[in-house]
Amino acid sequence: MELFVFVCASLMVIVGALGVILRSNPVHAALSLILTLFGVAVLFVAQHAEFLAAVQVIVYAGAIVVLFLFVIMLLGVDRAENLRTEPLAAQRWIAGVVGLGMLALLVAAVYSASDEVVSRGEGIASTVAGGNPNANIEQLAKSIFSDYVVAFELTSILLVVAVVGTVLLARRRPRESKVGT
Amino acid sequence: MNALVVVPTMTWYLLLSALLFVIGTVGVMVRRNPLIMFMCIELMLNAVNLSFVALGRRLGSIDGQTIVFFVLVVAAAEVVVGLGIIVSIMRRRSDVTVDDLVELRG
Repeated sequence: MELFVFVCASLMVIVGALGVILRSNPVHAALSLILTLFGVAVLFVAQHAEFLAAVQVIVYAGAIVVLFLFVIMLLGVDRAENLRTEPLAAQRWIAGVVGLGMLALLVAAVYSASDEVVSRGEGIASTVAGGNPNANIEQLAKSIFSDYVVAFELTSILLVVAVVGTVLLARRRPRESKVGT
Repeated sequence: MNALVVVPTMTWYLLLSALLFVIGTVGVMVRRNPLIMFMCIELMLNAVNLSFVALGRRLGSIDGQTIVFFVLVVAAAEVVVGLGIIVSIMRRRSDVTVDDLVELRG
């Protein structure tokens, strides 16, 4: 059963990711991104990370991709680009070669180091509360609000800074708009 | 369920995550639309999240999921700032590609 879920979710992830980089219309690329994000959420559920799966759907698919689509519509770039012409002739070949090389490196790293990662990581296991349906959320909450509470507070500062900065960036300055009109 | 049922191990998840990361990297290298490049960065972030969750599950530790939570928050902030910059650039002229952004140099 888990194999079936893994294969289906992997297909979703990979088809969606290829759609992001191959579709010429930015709206289609954003919708393919949603497919990928849902696939990753399914894989999170398959690995008993239910809370992260919910957050993944709400934050990524619900907020970030909607923001992307909103910007695409706002800027009016929802037309198909011409992907046939490539200003730098060799760039695609070089990108493909570099991508394949990187994939080979990563696969080699996974195969050579995964056993070592597990053997060195013995002993950091936290207590797993079995049987409790809320175990995942309880453990995550305990971890965030005790061990990582400073990082949690810092992320709230980060969010405030990001919001204020974006409002300042995207604001149309009064004098400039008078010149423009 | 017989004994021959194959269960996906951590290595499978790590390989999928590597493939997703490479697709995102190739997208950043190939595409010229800044919005699409941004989506490819999201792909790479998701690949890393997937590997964090897989390793955390294999090690029986919740810390992997905690880190993914923080990565989600940082990704949201990053998208907000990045899209703000893209909007303020593209407001002047639409149909901009990253090649045109060379004019930003001081």
